Amino acid sequence: MALAKPKQDATDARLADLSLPTDTGWSLGARQEAVGRLKQMGLPQPRDEYWRFTSPRDFNAVAPVAAAPMDVSDETPLYADRDTLKIVFVDGVFNADASDALALEGVEIARLADAGQADIHWARELYGHLEARGQNPVERPLTALNTAFASDGVLLRVTGRVSRPVQIVYDHRDAGSDAILHHVVQLTEGAELTLLESGPVAARFNTVLEADIADGATLHHVRTQGRNHDRRAATASFARLGANATFKSFTLTANGALTRNEHVVEFLGDDSVAHVAGAAIGDAKTDPMHHDDTVFVTHDALRCESRQVFKKVLKNGAVGVFQGKILVKKDAQKTDGYQISQSLLLDDDSQFLAKPELEIYADDVVCSHGSTTGAIDEDALFYLRSRGVPKARAEDLLVLSFLAETLEEIDDKDIASEIAERLDAWLARHAG
Amino acid sequence: MLEIKNLHVKLEEEDKQILKGVDLTVEAGKVHAIMGPNGSGKSTLSYVLSGRGGYEVTDGTATLEGEDILEMDPEERAAAGMFLAFQYPVEIPGVGNMTFLRTAMNAQRKARGQDEINAADFLKLVRAKAKELQIDADMLKRPVNVGFSGGEKKRNEILQMAMLEPKMCILDETDSGLDVDAMKLVAQGVNALRDENRAFLVITHYQRLLDHIEPDVVHIMSDGRIIKTGGPELALEVERNGYADLLAETA
Repeated sequence: MALAKPKQDATDARLADLSLPTDTGWSLGARQEAVGRLKQMGLPQPRDEYWRFTSPRDFNAVAPVAAAPMDVSDETPLYADRDTLKIVFVDGVFNADASDALALEGVEIARLADAGQADIHWARELYGHLEARGQNPVERPLTALNTAFASDGVLLRVTGRVSRPVQIVYDHRDAGSDAILHHVVQLTEGAELTLLESGPVAARFNTVLEADIADGATLHHVRTQGRNHDRRAATASFARLGANATFKSFTLTANGALTRNEHVVEFLGDDSVAHVAGAAIGDAKTDPMHHDDTVFVTHDALRCESRQVFKKVLKNGAVGVFQGKILVKKDAQKTDGYQISQSLLLDDDSQFLAKPELEIYADDVVCSHGSTTGAIDEDALFYLRSRGVPKARAEDLLVLSFLAETLEEIDDKDIASEIAERLDAWLARHAG
Repeated sequence: MLEIKNLHVKLEEEDKQILKGVDLTVEAGKVHAIMGPNGSGKSTLSYVLSGRGGYEVTDGTATLEGEDILEMDPEERAAAGMFLAFQYPVEIPGVGNMTFLRTAMNAQRKARGQDEINAADFLKLVRAKAKELQIDADMLKRPVNVGFSGGEKKRNEILQMAMLEPKMCILDETDSGLDVDAMKLVAQGVNALRDENRAFLVITHYQRLLDHIEPDVVHIMSDGRIIKTGGPELALEVERNGYADLLAETA
């Protein structure tokens, strides 16, 4: 079927401007297929079902909207006291000097940009594969674009229980930067890894994380997207779980002109657990703030547990969007699915749009979802103030209180408290 | 310490007068009790004095050590020495009890131009005070009032009072929802704080709390006014005969 004209035009224009990287090596086939998928789907348009609340315009545009980098030199980098293997990208470009040697026991580490060095690679079986699976039943054209044109990314094959986290650090310095990164993580049976991502990637970025989590394996994923105001972010994670596997993903976002974080989770083995959580705070006083979490969880195995916990705190006309779906297939009995999306609106100008969906074909499942929008609890505010806590600080504490449930999804309590402290510091800056 | 003159208060949202001319003076070092039937305005008085929104003062004054408190924000009143032990302490998930206490304490110190208390001194202090109130380490670490029993919540209020060392303590039906043992514990906590520079206003329905926290003065409040003032014997009279006789007497 031919694409509608606006879609065709947007897609043609973008494709005309992009070209596959040279030296694609083993990734060439996957990239070509992704170009094919993209041509077939076309770039998203405002009338598409899953783009009604978030304009895809800035993601589709040939050139990115300029975004001033934020000076964060007054901020201690996250996890500074923690022994991590650090991999640094500046405006989407790998920075070897700032990075650790890419060697860690129990993990094979490679970069997508080095794909040209080999025609055979373990990542070849996965790269673009989970993304392609995730296009059905909901199309995600920006992720196909990512697979096709990603300039770099981290490829991790984890074969042991690795205690030292891998930390991908993003540094945004160039107001005109436009980055496409694609990471692949494969955890073999019984393996375990903590993957940390921190910082804004670029003025505009499109990142994909594909995670293949085999039987008994565990992936902890904790991401902070910085507090830059102008940057535009389209991210997607695709997780596929075997049996007795665990995936825990948490994202903290502050500000950002435009953020679309997608999560696609698929349970293929029995007795697995996947929790995806997100905390977002946004103040649109000086710049727009639009934050969209779009989640799709597919249960296709027995006794799996999924949780979606997304909370947003919106101020001065900030906009929050949540689109979350749990699909339980016919044979996925004893599924336990949970989804909660909540917003705290700090004024009358901000808004929250939520579209929770359940689609259940099995007859013996427990699935629940809830969505709420509220204001600061006046009783709690008075209680804090009556103890001497100034109003602005009391509001910050109540914001932290509101977001606490999302932070509980981080298993490592040290990481969780570091994230909480960072969040608190960001709030304190916004006071007044 | 606390001086209330001709205080008239109505609800902000509706045209309903709650306090209709309250006159009350609480001297430093004294414990005053206010008793009265439901709806007489006791809790409203405590909220108006501590600065809760939703009320409009239409006439009268309230001063703490000569300072007009009615124009102050709740946090300013707290820093000036006002403390309200809530009838229903609020649960705040995700905020640790210790964090809350320390934030409150330091905010008050800062407002008074004092240095912040350092982490070690704070910890030592809070542990000592908590022990007296039989509040264990786990309760201190837990989020504010979350999962606390009725008795634990009230003990936590008294712990805050002990830490913040206010000059004027208002206890709003602190005995509600407490069994006898919990009430004794709370009363002990309050009694430990009694001294010549601190005053208490104890709001209660029942005499039994006053067996444990012995008041110097007892006031009976009805329909937004204090209708009778006397010594501790007044509370016993209420316990024996109820409010009906008193109300009839002053009608």
